[in-house]
Amino acid sequence: MDFTLKIWRQENAQAKGKFVTYKISKISEDCSFLEMLDQLNEQLVDKFDHPVCFDHDCREGICGMCSLYINGRPHGNDQGITTCQLHMRKFKDGDTIVIEPWRAKAFPLIKDLVVDRVAFDKIIQEGGYVSVNTGGVPDGNAIPISKEKSDLAMDAAQCIGCGACVATCKNASAMLFVSAKVSQLALLPQGKLEAKKRVENMVSKMDELGFGSCTNTGACEAECPKEIKISNIARLFREYYVSTVS
Amino acid sequence: MSELNSKIPQGTLAEKWTKYKATQNLVNPANKRKLDIIVVGTGLAGASAAASLGELGFNVKIFCYQDSPRRAHSIAAQGGINAAKNYQNDGDSVYRLFYDTIKGGDYRAREANVHRLAEVSNNIIDQCVAQGVPFAREYGGLLDNRSFGGAQVSRTFYARGQTGQQLLLGAYSALSRQIKAGTVEMHNRDEMLDLVIVDGKARGIVSRNLITGEIEKHFGHAVVIATGGYGNVFFLSTNAMGSNTSAAWQVYKKGAFFGNPCFTQIHPTCIPVHGDYQSKLTLMSESLRNDGRIWVPKKKEDAEAVRQGKLKPTQIKEEDRDYYLERRYPAFGNLVPRDVASRAAKERCDAGFGVGTTGLAVYLDFATSINRLGKKVIEERYGNLFQMYEKIVDENPYETPMMIYPAVHYTMGGVWVDYELQTTIPGLFAIGEANFSDHGANRLGASALMQGLADGYFVLPYTIQNYLAADIRTPRMSTDLDPFKEAEKSVKEKIEKLMSIKGKHSVDSFHKRLGKIMWDKVGMARTKQSCSEAISEIVALRAEYWKDVRVTGTANEFNPELEKALRVADFLELGELMARDALNREESCGGHFREEYQTEEGEAERHDENFMYVAAWEYKGEGQEPALNKEPLIYENIKVAQRNYK
Ligand SMILES: Cc1cc2nc3c(=O)[nH]c(=O)nc-3n(C[C@H](O)[C@H](O)[C@H](O)COP(=O)(O)OP(=O)(O)OC[C@H]3O[C@@H](n4cnc5c(N)ncnc54)[C@H](O)[C@@H]3O)c2cc1C
Ligand code: FES
Repeated sequence: MDFTLKIWRQENAQAKGKFVTYKISKISEDCSFLEMLDQLNEQLVDKFDHPVCFDHDCREGICGMCSLYINGRPHGNDQGITTCQLHMRKFKDGDTIVIEPWRAKAFPLIKDLVVDRVAFDKIIQEGGYVSVNTGGVPDGNAIPISKEKSDLAMDAAQCIGCGACVATCKNASAMLFVSAKVSQLALLPQGKLEAKKRVENMVSKMDELGFGSCTNTGACEAECPKEIKISNIARLFREYYVSTVS
Repeated sequence: MSELNSKIPQGTLAEKWTKYKATQNLVNPANKRKLDIIVVGTGLAGASAAASLGELGFNVKIFCYQDSPRRAHSIAAQGGINAAKNYQNDGDSVYRLFYDTIKGGDYRAREANVHRLAEVSNNIIDQCVAQGVPFAREYGGLLDNRSFGGAQVSRTFYARGQTGQQLLLGAYSALSRQIKAGTVEMHNRDEMLDLVIVDGKARGIVSRNLITGEIEKHFGHAVVIATGGYGNVFFLSTNAMGSNTSAAWQVYKKGAFFGNPCFTQIHPTCIPVHGDYQSKLTLMSESLRNDGRIWVPKKKEDAEAVRQGKLKPTQIKEEDRDYYLERRYPAFGNLVPRDVASRAAKERCDAGFGVGTTGLAVYLDFATSINRLGKKVIEERYGNLFQMYEKIVDENPYETPMMIYPAVHYTMGGVWVDYELQTTIPGLFAIGEANFSDHGANRLGASALMQGLADGYFVLPYTIQNYLAADIRTPRMSTDLDPFKEAEKSVKEKIEKLMSIKGKHSVDSFHKRLGKIMWDKVGMARTKQSCSEAISEIVALRAEYWKDVRVTGTANEFNPELEKALRVADFLELGELMARDALNREESCGGHFREEYQTEEGEAERHDENFMYVAAWEYKGEGQEPALNKEPLIYENIKVAQRNYK
């Protein structure tokens, strides 16, 4: 397969960026999207040109390191996958593919397609945990948890922290990300005790870091590679409401 | 040869760890605040260690090369984590977990370490539950278990097919809490490139800020390496793209011994290689072997026909299928340990029964289980794995059997450590996959997560204090001291050298060539000749690398090509040591299979009289042959036998 690629190139955070067009040919349809970029980079290195920088690590959809808007959609035009799981068979021979970095105030650009998502870590540091130290905890089976609750908690816990929800939201809100963690812990007895403080602290940190507010457009749910449900946001609002009235 | 002291405590096996803890030196709270600890790596081992040390009151600095500590490769572990809880009432116990691990490791691991691992395994589950890790549960609300290879009990705890993710997020949450509390300082996108030694003790590291390219110096009273395994020396493996050996390799070159480098685990159930552009291999969790049956066609003509696409696997009649694991190993069947399953797959493919377009694949079939349990149950157990498979291969595993083939997955070898997890450099510790301990010549499924968290939560936080207790009067050192400056200088020179070569071939092209040598000659089957050839080929490739590699961009910027170049430079040295170790070990054991040493049935043949030892290699300088030190393995509690899974 042959493709025309329009890729955002930007030296560093201060520099001005622009789209650069590249041609690439003889790509196998079984090749993954990032392997296609590897081949482009191999060509660029051959020409002593600068390879395109992009984030990636596990290449199996779990570390949350890969990103990219592909033809305007975070993680490309497929459901329930990350960019590294996207395969070229999803494109048509001869397609033009536009590739851009996540764009959000809270995710400043580092280089080319690489952005800084440390803001997510900062939100978690505000309360995305149960405050227990190592040791001295009860037996694992001392706290029975219904399978339904535990499954729901697991649904929320699957978030990989990639930032697609922020990237796709017109307000650049991190509400789906925050609500996934808040929900996971609020659903479990272990997390209940600190639920009030947790939701307050995490939400106020999110605001402080420059993420926008949630206006319920639902775009995040549609683009989440792990299909985290927007009902988690409703649960967050309930927890938040409880925390502000009591 | 240096004296190796493994510092195994006196006493009966079951008492050793309790006694150690009761009598070891501790650091009092006021002094903890004065002590700095560097932890390199934020995987299960590093994150759990840093969080626990922070909670105790030490000052911790932690490093990872990714943008966030949550992305360490532990996140990718799918199947589960073992513990000796015996919640299933099926006869499990600490002793049985200990026994299975020693036997699974083909009698090449240290009894005392493995017993301690089994002892603390239960605490890990309790700790993770308390953190809110959503382990799978039964309808009654209690924790569920599944079975893994090499065990006849169900002792594996899991969180769907994302156990590693959930455990890592648990450790990451504990780490985040300490970052907030100010006891841990996080350095992300910051890669360790060298170790600093002052007066014979590990006192810090030199690292590169991957965003700015700046070379940094950091002091610590002690340094902990938790940088994971080195499977990427094979280029293609199930490891993450950035997984590397650089930290482990640099400490080796500074005097830490390297244990059993040739012990590599080739995992039987991975998605087969499909093209030369391929960048990594994807694991299909071992848990699938609970419900999947492995087979190839019985008749060569059928195998030939499926390879050519003229026959579908579902068209092959039951009596024409060879469920070779069930046939060869009736007692364990599809749940034999990984090394055994991998070799059996290779044997069938080499004999001409392989499937897939390349003939390098076997079937993993769920039809029987789907008929027995229904599609819904299978979906609940493995849904995400099936989806992952379908995305990559474009076939629906509910309808046609999966195709799998062995791939490099884990490295049992690593930095040599004693019972306290301390290396041969005082003050330098190694934990998790980065060390060599606990798994012998073959790791059982679901035991790496257990070991990483055991080391980080429950072992290192004790043993490191035994060392630091003598260091409470050592003030923080300035990083302007000569040893820091010298390490910084050598790192800068190495980078300048790499940047200045401006040769003809990309870093990746060298890495692929190295990978091919390793896979063909030091892979699933090795011989005296193949290992010798590997050594000379790697030496030649390395020389070529330093003359002809092309690293684009500059050193003072975000430059992934340079990151790769530094990592591949180290792999090119490590690969040679692996081949040397494989050459030296004239026996077959666990994942190390020397074709010259096999039984008539093709099973691994150990030579306990000559090789019941840990090979601990000592660096002797550039161009010099490394020295082999031997740590004899003494089995006082287990009767050493030939492994039998029949
Ligand atoms: C696909 C897959 C599935 C697996 N499934 C299972 C399973 O089901 N059960 C099981 O028990 N085991 C499993 N394993 C094995 C297990 O996941 C690993 O052995 C274990 O997670 C390793 O943890 P770690 O903390 O030692 O290292 P890692 O998680 O690999 O972490 C390494 C850390 O070191 C950092 N680092 C590396 N080099 C440097 C450097 N030079 N400078 C700074 N930082 C550095 C990285 O950034 C990272 O934070 C699986 C492994 C793979 C690959
Ligand atoms: S690279 Fe890990 S999720 Fe894509």
